[in-house]
This record gives sequence, structure tokens and C-alpha cells, in this order.
Amino acid sequence: MAFDEPTIAEILRRQGISRRGFLKFCATTASLMALPPSMVPAIAAALEKARRPSVIWLSFQECTGCTESLTRSHTPSIEGLILEQISLDYHHTLQAASGEAAEAAREAAMRENHGKYLLVVDGSIPMGNAGYSTIAGVSNLDMLKETAAGAAAVIAVGSCAAYGGLPAALPNPTGAVPVSAIIKDKPVMNVPGCPPIPVVITGVLAHFLTFAALPELDDHGRPKVFYGESIHDRCYRRPFYDQGKFAETFDDEGARKGWCLFKLGCKGPVTYNACATTKWNQGVSFPIQSGHGCIGCSEPGFWDMGPLYKPLSMPIAPVQMMVGAAAAGGAIAGAAMAMRNRAAKKSAQAAHQKVTVEDLEKAK
Amino acid sequence: MPSTDTGAEHGNALPILNEIRHALARLIESGETTVIDLGALPLGPQDEAELFAALGEGEVEATIHAGGPSSVRETAFHGVWLLTHRNEAGETLARFIEVAFVPELLMSQAEDVADSAAALAKKLKPAQNGRTLK
Repeated sequence: MAFDEPTIAEILRRQGISRRGFLKFCATTASLMALPPSMVPAIAAALEKARRPSVIWLSFQECTGCTESLTRSHTPSIEGLILEQISLDYHHTLQAASGEAAEAAREAAMRENHGKYLLVVDGSIPMGNAGYSTIAGVSNLDMLKETAAGAAAVIAVGSCAAYGGLPAALPNPTGAVPVSAIIKDKPVMNVPGCPPIPVVITGVLAHFLTFAALPELDDHGRPKVFYGESIHDRCYRRPFYDQGKFAETFDDEGARKGWCLFKLGCKGPVTYNACATTKWNQGVSFPIQSGHGCIGCSEPGFWDMGPLYKPLSMPIAPVQMMVGAAAAGGAIAGAAMAMRNRAAKKSAQAAHQKVTVEDLEKAK
Repeated sequence: MPSTDTGAEHGNALPILNEIRHALARLIESGETTVIDLGALPLGPQDEAELFAALGEGEVEATIHAGGPSSVRETAFHGVWLLTHRNEAGETLARFIEVAFVPELLMSQAEDVADSAAALAKKLKPAQNGRTLK
């Protein structure tokens, strides 16, 4: 980030964007960052001075779903983001360079922007055998430590980088941990979700770009502007919950009328995310609007939180007790869990009614 | 999974209409403008339809071509404007209700006016030397 580089406002101006166009950009950026419209003048003033930050993106134990999500951001578009607003110097899925040239790009960006670049991480880090996940022969742990050392801040994108995610789900075979378990001397922001909403990813990047700082965080290290309220509190179906109108199955009258999905296992009341207002696919819809409850993907340990289709009000005690015991007792409880799972599988197999051709013919 | 919404009333439009009512009162009393970001509010499909139906169509409609088309439309209630910002691909970026005498983006901006004054002067200079304007 050399200081002879143009500011964001200058870049837009060179592209022939008028002041009116710049103000429109600021207004949509405010909306994108979930800031009130009254902040537009402050955003405009900040963008007048903002310069393109260098961004290094590391992918560890992940499924590339977070990058897939990022590429679907329409505001700003991924092209706009990479070419105009940030300098994405390393992202092994999106960059043209590969092999040694790619690693050289990362090292050059780290050297030239030491102390100023933004490090984005998706995926968890295996603490067991380093061989579970390496890049260019370097273990994820070493690469994270080395790259974080010169970063201004670290953003953990997706539930894996934020909490360990799927790789850390019981029994956590790779010993997966989140970024925050390793990086203790830098500001770390969590942007969880499986994946996070595209514009939430670009929104936090825009916030860093605009104000050269991370936004205010909650107890889980999440930006409050996007994760400050529960899905339930911002759900357009909330009035039905208050009236006691619930869908009891996925095809009953309540479901057809769009009533509350609480009894079908919706995790909206305990999940903090922006899905209910920002929505997905350019604001088209979100799971509840499509008739399915929230699965709580932006909450810590959501893979082990209990069944997706059981209402929150129903006890999930057996699983919870086992989880608690596993944390305290380690391997013994883990083995008990495995036995319990085997027993559950067996009884499910025993209870499973096979449908024969005769049954189908009888039903006609 | 198909959308299961079949026209149920969620009642989320009413609070916004009341917010607009208060904003109009402020505009008359003190000239203070209000901008409401529709992307920050919980709205189901019927809520949106209900809100837009209640606001209706007004006398003014304009399109701003700056970084993609933005439509600016006055609703049936004078002083209540609906702004929809789109990018060059026509995708909706943000929607606002602005309660104002004129939405700020419709006004020419001082910086642009200064640029234009300089550009026009430059254009006229060769014309004054006897050449024709293109």
C-alpha cells in the first residue's frame, strides 16, 4: 500500500464517475455495511482518503464454499472488489499465478505491506498431523503464523475459520481449531456462516477499506452490524410466533400460509446473522422465506448442536450430556459416544420398514 | 423447495408507514430529511407488496445513470420518494425511502457543477477562435 497510490475517490473519478455516482456508491456501501443512511457523509469523507489495502487470503481445511459465496457478491462485485477497491495479492483459488509464482506473490505482498495488509482466512487449522493440510509443502499452522505476523488484522471467514466448523465436529479427527485459537496478538474478527452471506463478506472488507479498522465485535468476535440481532427477532414471520401460529409439518396448512417454523426445528431464536434482512441471491430470499427453518450455521459448534428438525424447546439432553462428558473425560466418553451412535444406528435399521412392490400395489 | 408464501399478512409494512408519517411531520416542521434503508428491515414478499401498494405512484419519475441505473420515484404521498440503486448488470444494490422535498441524488453536486463549468469553458475556447463546436 504505497502512499503515492490513488485514493478510492480518485480511482472512481478517473473512471469518469461523477460526484453523484460517488454518493450513490457511498449510499449503497452504507447499506452494504449495515450502517444507517445518516452515516453516508462520514463514509464519503473516509473514502476520500482511503487507499486500496493489500489483502492476502489463505484457505486451509475448507470446502471452497466461502470463496464460492464471495464470488456471488453483487455489491461490490468480485471484479470491482479485486480490480478497484482492494488489492487481492494472494488467493490460491482466484489468482492466475500458481506454484512458486503464487507463493512469491504472497511473500512480496507481505514484505511490501508489512504491518498494513489484511489477512483473510477460510478453513480450520489441523493441530494433529500437519500432513492433513499443507500448501506448497508448508503446514497450515506455519503459514498462518508466518502470514499473520505482518498483518494489520485477521478476518476469519466462515464457520470453520471462526469456530472450527465441520472439520472440528465430533470426533474432530484432525484436531481442527479456529484462527482465534492460534492468533492471540492481532485483532481477529469472525465472519461465520456456512457459508457467510456474500455481501457480508464484502461488507466487512468494505468496512476495513473505508475506516482502516475492524467494526465493533460481539462476544464471539463477530461484527455487531451483521450479527447483532437474532434471525428470529428480524424474521418477517415473527408476528406468527407471537400469535402462536406454527407450521406443524412441512406440508400442512400452517406451512402453506407461511406460519412460524419454530416447531419444525428452526434455530432462528438462537442464531445471530443477517439472513433475515440482507437475504441471499441479491436479496431474493432466505431459508425461512423458502419454507425451511434456520439451521444455525453461524453459531459456534452448530454441527454438534443437536437434530436440525427438533424444536429448540425439546431437550437434546442425551447428546448434550455426552458432549459435556467428552470434553471432561476425553477418549472414554468418545468411545461411549461411538457405541451410542452404533446402538442408535442399529435400532434405526431394526425399526426401518421396507416398502415392497406389493405394498405399493395395495396402496393404489 | 418451493416458496410457501401464499399471501399471508405479516403486518410488517404498517410500522414503516408510521415511520414515514413521523418523517413527513419532521420534514414540514424543521425541513429535516429522513432516509430509510429497506434492506435493514424484515420484510416478507407480501409486506413489500403491501408497502408499495399503500405508497402508490406519484407525479415524478427519474432515472440517474451513474454507476448503473438508479430509479427515483415520488410516491402518491408528496415528499415520500422511493430510490432503487442498481449496478451496470441491472442487479438491485439497495433500496431506500427518502422523505425529502427533493432527493439529494437528484440535485446536481457542487463538485460536478465546477467540473462542468471548466469543461464548457474549455469547449468554447476553440469556438471563439473561429472554429465550430462539435
